[in-house]
Amino acid sequence: MVEPRVTESTLEPGATQTSEPPPAKKAKEEQLSQAYWSLVWWKFKKNKLAIVGAIIIILFYTVCGLFAEFFSPYRLDYQSDHLESRPQPIVFKNPEGNFSLRPAVYGLEQELDLVLRRRTWVVDEEQIYPISLFVRGQPYKLLGVIPMDVHFFGVDTNKYPDGTVFIFGTDRLGRDIFSRILYGGRLSLLLGLIGQALTLVLGMVLGAISGYYGGMTDILVQRLTEFVGAFPDIPLFMALAAAIPIGWSPIVVYFMLTLILVFIRWGGLARQVRGLILSLREREYVLAAQSAGASDKRIMFRHLLPGTMSHVIVIATLMIPGMILSETALSWLGLGLRPPLTSWGVLLQEVSSVRVIRFAPWQLITVPFIIVAVLAFNMLGDGLRDAMDPYGGR
Amino acid sequence: MAEPLIEIKDLHVEFEVRDGTIHAVDGFTLTINRGETLGVIGESGCGKSITAKAVMQMVPKPGKITGGEILYYQRDKYNPQKSVNVVNITNLHPDSEKIRKIRGGEFAMIFQEPMSSLTPVYTTGTHIGEALHLHRMLPKTVGERMAQNITAYRPVTKDEAREISIEMLQKVGIPKPRERVDAYPHQLSGGQRQRVMVAVALSCHPFMLIADEPTTALDVSIEAQILDLMRGLQETMEMSIMFITHNLGVVAEMAKEIVVMYMGKQVEAASTDRIFYEPKHPYTRALLQSIPKVGKRTGDRLASIKGMVPDPFHLPSGCVFHPRCPSFMPGKCDQITPSWIEVEPDHWARCLLYEDV
Repeated sequence: MVEPRVTESTLEPGATQTSEPPPAKKAKEEQLSQAYWSLVWWKFKKNKLAIVGAIIIILFYTVCGLFAEFFSPYRLDYQSDHLESRPQPIVFKNPEGNFSLRPAVYGLEQELDLVLRRRTWVVDEEQIYPISLFVRGQPYKLLGVIPMDVHFFGVDTNKYPDGTVFIFGTDRLGRDIFSRILYGGRLSLLLGLIGQALTLVLGMVLGAISGYYGGMTDILVQRLTEFVGAFPDIPLFMALAAAIPIGWSPIVVYFMLTLILVFIRWGGLARQVRGLILSLREREYVLAAQSAGASDKRIMFRHLLPGTMSHVIVIATLMIPGMILSETALSWLGLGLRPPLTSWGVLLQEVSSVRVIRFAPWQLITVPFIIVAVLAFNMLGDGLRDAMDPYGGR
Repeated sequence: MAEPLIEIKDLHVEFEVRDGTIHAVDGFTLTINRGETLGVIGESGCGKSITAKAVMQMVPKPGKITGGEILYYQRDKYNPQKSVNVVNITNLHPDSEKIRKIRGGEFAMIFQEPMSSLTPVYTTGTHIGEALHLHRMLPKTVGERMAQNITAYRPVTKDEAREISIEMLQKVGIPKPRERVDAYPHQLSGGQRQRVMVAVALSCHPFMLIADEPTTALDVSIEAQILDLMRGLQETMEMSIMFITHNLGVVAEMAKEIVVMYMGKQVEAASTDRIFYEPKHPYTRALLQSIPKVGKRTGDRLASIKGMVPDPFHLPSGCVFHPRCPSFMPGKCDQITPSWIEVEPDHWARCLLYEDV
């Protein structure tokens, strides 16, 4: 007698087919259901600073993260014989010395400094090398797959065999600093992104469990976050970094460092998520889901966590710069990434001696890049925070 | 058709809090038959909702079922020939596979607040689909010959869940169900949301629907629609309803039998007619008198039960209602605890007026 019910409901053809809506109305309905996100987007668009931040970040990730090989004029491992040469100024002149819209760089001349008793490179205004776009240079693999030799800009070495473009100068081993900044940005920015993603997963899962179950579980997780948070950062880093075997390949070391950073930083996010879950779990829809037979796991991850998303996205965006700065600080201390890898921290470590600051200060050009990236993330995060609450004031 | 579905025997639910123990449900005994509607009425905080949640094994955190049993005569939904299996719900772990199958699949629940009972990030279709995904099975075609005697079932697929969702929305009277299936809760009105809740609850053809003040937050015209809807669906689906409310008018319309609760105890139980025309317990009488009536002279004060609901930590001795009772018998009511007796055939009450002491 229960069985007919099951079949009965599936055998009711007339009922559902009567109200097929016209397509135009359906489109309108879809528009309506996206109202929240379109409001968010509308509010976000009005915040100019946030847009600028977003553009800078997208630029950084495409130029450094994806296509560093293409945008840098030299390969990462290329060592020229121009050791510690100063930046070549960009001028708008053609090789004959007349004004031209096409930018060019002055050449470099080696000179013996008799006072300091060393060789230095000085700008030679006689030599002018025009910069060309999409120039053929050193071969590389785009995205690690496509073999290419076209670089975004550079000096045509067929025409000018001696031509170089070190727009930010070179380091002690004669490597182009501009190229190294692009490559270094890849590791630093990706570490921020990967690390933040892992922090997000760890923080959200533990925060949700802690907030949802409460009681002993909550106390345990909270004390754990406090314990991790109470550790003095630098000694802990030193201990953990020292625990990484020296023989490991650089890429494994990179992921270990990411994990260490995640391990230190998940607590704050977990606390925020816990707080949100604590308030959300009292809502009636949790009871409703429970009464519909949903398991605890399902309620936590399908019903509660999506409700915290708008908040979490903002926190996550604002936490990425901290991640990047931590990497920089650690690598600068020599605890993070080590030289075969190039990150912004590693680049900074190379300029940590007084000698470099005195005689090759142009190597500090990495610092503005870090500042801009961090500022851009903060601007984006602030914009997102305002936009995610489109009904709020301001 | 007086086959029992649920038997609650001497149920005790206690809340351990800092200031002591609250006996939220204190010796509750009840039988719900298949296909019948039972009304539970009482003031706020008398233990109605906790009883309902205990049936679902969903008593909120500090609370615990400390005594009694809830026997559920479980029939296999897809194999009615199978013998009835008696499950004691109080023994099941709150997050066990077994109780989760019962929740939603066999007992469904509707809550008071339609505004907040739907997860705001999911569409109507997702909500109904979730229940279907968790519980509903469809007959599987085993072969042409065996079509007469289908015993194999399979879970619903995504497309089927969507079709069934649309059909359910149609059944609960939501206009344009094909569009509404993709609507988010904030795009629906209060009445529509409660209809969606009804649709979620009924989508898996439960044996029992627990309606915990389902119409309190709705306005009167929508209330009538929802009640009609529930009654209509009850007839076609043969399910029991446990209807919890403090609205006596609503319960008179819906229920066949009524249980009156006061401070965690049931004080009177009888058929709806008898409760309304021949109430035995002074509390029931007082409740009935406090309903505003149309046609009464304006200016008259509305009758109310004197006194206040007692402090749950310091319950009065004897009959818990005696400080407020109009027929209080000094020396008796404040000393002797009344027992649950059958005053007249099928009319139970807990009052010393009907006891020889």
